[in-house]
Amino acid sequence: MDIEKVDQIIDKHNGEPSNLLQIMLDIQKENNWLSKQALARVSEKLSVPLTRIQHIATFYKAFSLVPKGRHKVHICVGTACHVRGATRILDTVEDATGIKPGETDLDLKFSLETVNCLGCCALGPVMEVDGKVHGKMSPVKTAQALKTYE
Amino acid sequence: MGDIKFEIDGKTVTADPGMTVLEAAQKEGIYIPTLCHHEKLEPFGGCRLCIVEVEDRGWTKYVVSCVFPAAKDIIVRTRSEKVDRLRKTIIELLMAHAPDAPDLVTLAKEYNADPNRYERSASFCIHCGLCVRYCAEVAGKNAIGFVDRGINKEISFVPDIAAQVCNDCKECFPLCPTSYLQAAFVYTQALSFPDAAKTEQSAGK
Repeated sequence: MDIEKVDQIIDKHNGEPSNLLQIMLDIQKENNWLSKQALARVSEKLSVPLTRIQHIATFYKAFSLVPKGRHKVHICVGTACHVRGATRILDTVEDATGIKPGETDLDLKFSLETVNCLGCCALGPVMEVDGKVHGKMSPVKTAQALKTYE
Repeated sequence: MGDIKFEIDGKTVTADPGMTVLEAAQKEGIYIPTLCHHEKLEPFGGCRLCIVEVEDRGWTKYVVSCVFPAAKDIIVRTRSEKVDRLRKTIIELLMAHAPDAPDLVTLAKEYNADPNRYERSASFCIHCGLCVRYCAEVAGKNAIGFVDRGINKEISFVPDIAAQVCNDCKECFPLCPTSYLQAAFVYTQALSFPDAAKTEQSAGK
């Protein structure tokens, strides 16, 4: 992410230190992660210490300090999904993408996370990709669904 | 000055508006144990050891005196059976993290605390925040901060800043009650800005 884009986001929020969280969220949304350069720029422009930004960036799960893929895959491993075979779904995704939960593949296509409940247990086992819920998954359906993402 | 009159351990004390109970007690020479208090820093309320019993209009409550503002006519008791019991548990919990911290060992003797009551998870940092707050509020360098949250919270130097300012400052080192800060510094230094002179010295051997 180039510095101009970061500057634009900061200007959009009038360079107010009180808008720090919103600025960080916007950078995260734009770039999928918070790079060291971007955070250093924010720190410099808002005169907020880097330690504070670091504290916030590590506090919220919405932020990532490492590059994330274009598609965020969430596999529910809550109780209901677990008994309906979430582990097999997770295995399928791991095989198809070659990554484990918490990781991102090399061409930044997928990031994989496990979650504990997505709130739609009746649809279990559930896979969520970029906010879209795929319910009643089987290993075959999972592999097919993943193929539709570029 | 001295607008607020109240009682600590049977002694009438005065405090200015905005003063905390702990500050009023220290001004009068009444001892309340603390680990995270520092006169130059803003109150933090991190270690909870300065917990006291406050009786206000007949109600008794337990408050952390370093962040509790002095109020008119309250009765503060710095030692009571329950206060001692609360402090004992707090010490035991802190000792699960830093079993050999000198301040904690001394307090454990006084409050009869058992260092092995809770399963040890020796992180050595007790999150008193002295180093983080000193660096931000007094030194103004912001070289160290907290990262993560909850049970994963820890102190962390920003390597780029630490490499430039820490070697000439190190004012936070004596503040740390557990010596974990020094360890964290050596660790950061070894990873990101090793001492050039020392490296050459050992290479020459």
